[in-house]
Amino acid sequence: MALNTQAVGNLLRRRPRFARGNIELWANLVILSWAAAFMLWQGVGFAITVSTVFAIWAILAVSLNLVVGYTGLLSVGHVGFFGIGAYAMAILSSDASYEQLRTEAIPTFGWPFFAALPISVVLAGLVAIVVGVAFNRFRDDIYVLVSFGFAVIAFNLFLNWRPLTRGAFGIHEIARPEIGGWTLNGAFEFLVLALVFLAIVVLISWFIVTSSFGRVLTAIREDEQAIEVFGYQTAHYKLAIWVISAMMAGLAGALFGSWTSFIDPNSFVLLESILLVSIVILGGLATIWGSLLGAMAFVMLEEGMRFLPFLPTEYVGQARQVVLGVLLVLLMLFRPQGLVGKFRL
Amino acid sequence: MTTEVDPRVFALETKAISKSFGAVRAVDQLSISIFREWITCIVGPNGSGKSTLINLLSGMLPIDEGIVVIDTVGIRVLKAHETPDHGITRTFQEVRLFDQITVWDNIMVGLTERRLFPSLLERTKPRHEEKAEEILRTVGMWEKHDAMAGDLSYGQRKLLEIGRVMALDVNIYLFDEPFAGLFPRMLERVKAILKEMRAQKRTVIFVSHNMDIVRELSDHIFVLDSGSLLAVGEVDEVLGRSAVIDAYLGH
Repeated sequence: MALNTQAVGNLLRRRPRFARGNIELWANLVILSWAAAFMLWQGVGFAITVSTVFAIWAILAVSLNLVVGYTGLLSVGHVGFFGIGAYAMAILSSDASYEQLRTEAIPTFGWPFFAALPISVVLAGLVAIVVGVAFNRFRDDIYVLVSFGFAVIAFNLFLNWRPLTRGAFGIHEIARPEIGGWTLNGAFEFLVLALVFLAIVVLISWFIVTSSFGRVLTAIREDEQAIEVFGYQTAHYKLAIWVISAMMAGLAGALFGSWTSFIDPNSFVLLESILLVSIVILGGLATIWGSLLGAMAFVMLEEGMRFLPFLPTEYVGQARQVVLGVLLVLLMLFRPQGLVGKFRL
Repeated sequence: MTTEVDPRVFALETKAISKSFGAVRAVDQLSISIFREWITCIVGPNGSGKSTLINLLSGMLPIDEGIVVIDTVGIRVLKAHETPDHGITRTFQEVRLFDQITVWDNIMVGLTERRLFPSLLERTKPRHEEKAEEILRTVGMWEKHDAMAGDLSYGQRKLLEIGRVMALDVNIYLFDEPFAGLFPRMLERVKAILKEMRAQKRTVIFVSHNMDIVRELSDHIFVLDSGSLLAVGEVDEVLGRSAVIDAYLGH
């Protein structure tokens, strides 16, 4: 009798594990081969562009996963820090003489990229400290709402603080990276730089999540009150990971600004944040590889839609949101832990 | 009647502590003294304030009035994250594990660095691993160390929670109903763990409804009723009193 129940138990346990391994394998295979085939088909120029877009989204996704996946704080305000990094880069590095020709003069400094970059990152971090202290009072659904509020406030500041951001006109002539007189003007050089920064972000994130600190974050996600009893001041842990994550988002913003060399508030709308949360959930919570995979799937989907023959180009933007929305609903129905994840919110 | 007792024999005292939830006084001017290195049991009918008392002593609820004295030091405001520094830890009546991490990691959070920056630089060390293995073997959960805590059976969860507090090297252990819902074999194991803690000169406080276990384990007993103290003393004597029988054991 005892043996029987054990055998049945083993059988029940083994099946889902087998299935999970399969889906993980297939998700990896499909997305990676799709990406590779797509790039081969479209050629080098396309490959470089989508890879750069991927690198920026991947930095955002990995950094947001630290907060959403590992610590369990569902923030939809990440785009705010992305925007702060981008605007800091734009204002600090934009060509001063060019900008002053325009009707609405804004302060510009004409700094080189590598001087503006650390300032952008630190600025995002400083704002995150202030926001994080306020956010630490909240949890769960209320947390989503206040982070939503942060994204809306950030967007409105970008749009309406015209003496600093020139509002809807945006900022042009943002500096390209320059190493000792050698400007990384070429798309390939920039891609290499973006991938180097992505690698740094992934390494830092890996270092964090494999440390004792990372284990505490997952415990906070599971039961914040219970971990307090073990002597951990959770407010400090939550603030620390929030600030680290925001600085990474600031880095992504600075790279983005420099890459496009022009930014306006439309790049930092709430929808971008929600797409980002979708990428993190789609890839899998609390897995760095999942966020990389999710970002790749998202970029491939976004670019791939453009080649659908029956879809007029003006609908591509909306259609990709619909497809992503449908994918997300299907995923939540059948695989709430994401493509390669193990956890649920 | 009252004999002066050296306060150093008490690991933990409460001095007229109160806690209200709206109009309900869950703990009402309660003063108890817990003897060092003894197993003390707190019994009482449902709603008598046992769990509230545990929550107050572990800093999970703020104390409205009164003070807690730990190791002869009076504390007015006890915060949850400071309780291990005061030498206190606890388990929960409704088992509260970190469900979506492994059994192993559940034990590890009790062993690793508390301070923010050192914890960032700390990786799991051999001394952590040895201690975690020792604890898991003691509670009989070593075979399950790779499982997710959320996948365990109720009894295993209960044992893991007890293992988790054993990872903390503190003087006072609060157990909120550690025996509820356990099979006899697991029950024996938990009893042995509590006795072993006493043998290692730790102070154990537990809440239970199982009178056989209370009689077997306790050196000292407090009976609560409606948030205040109904009786205190040696187990068999207290449980024999008619007031206690009326309030609690009678029904």
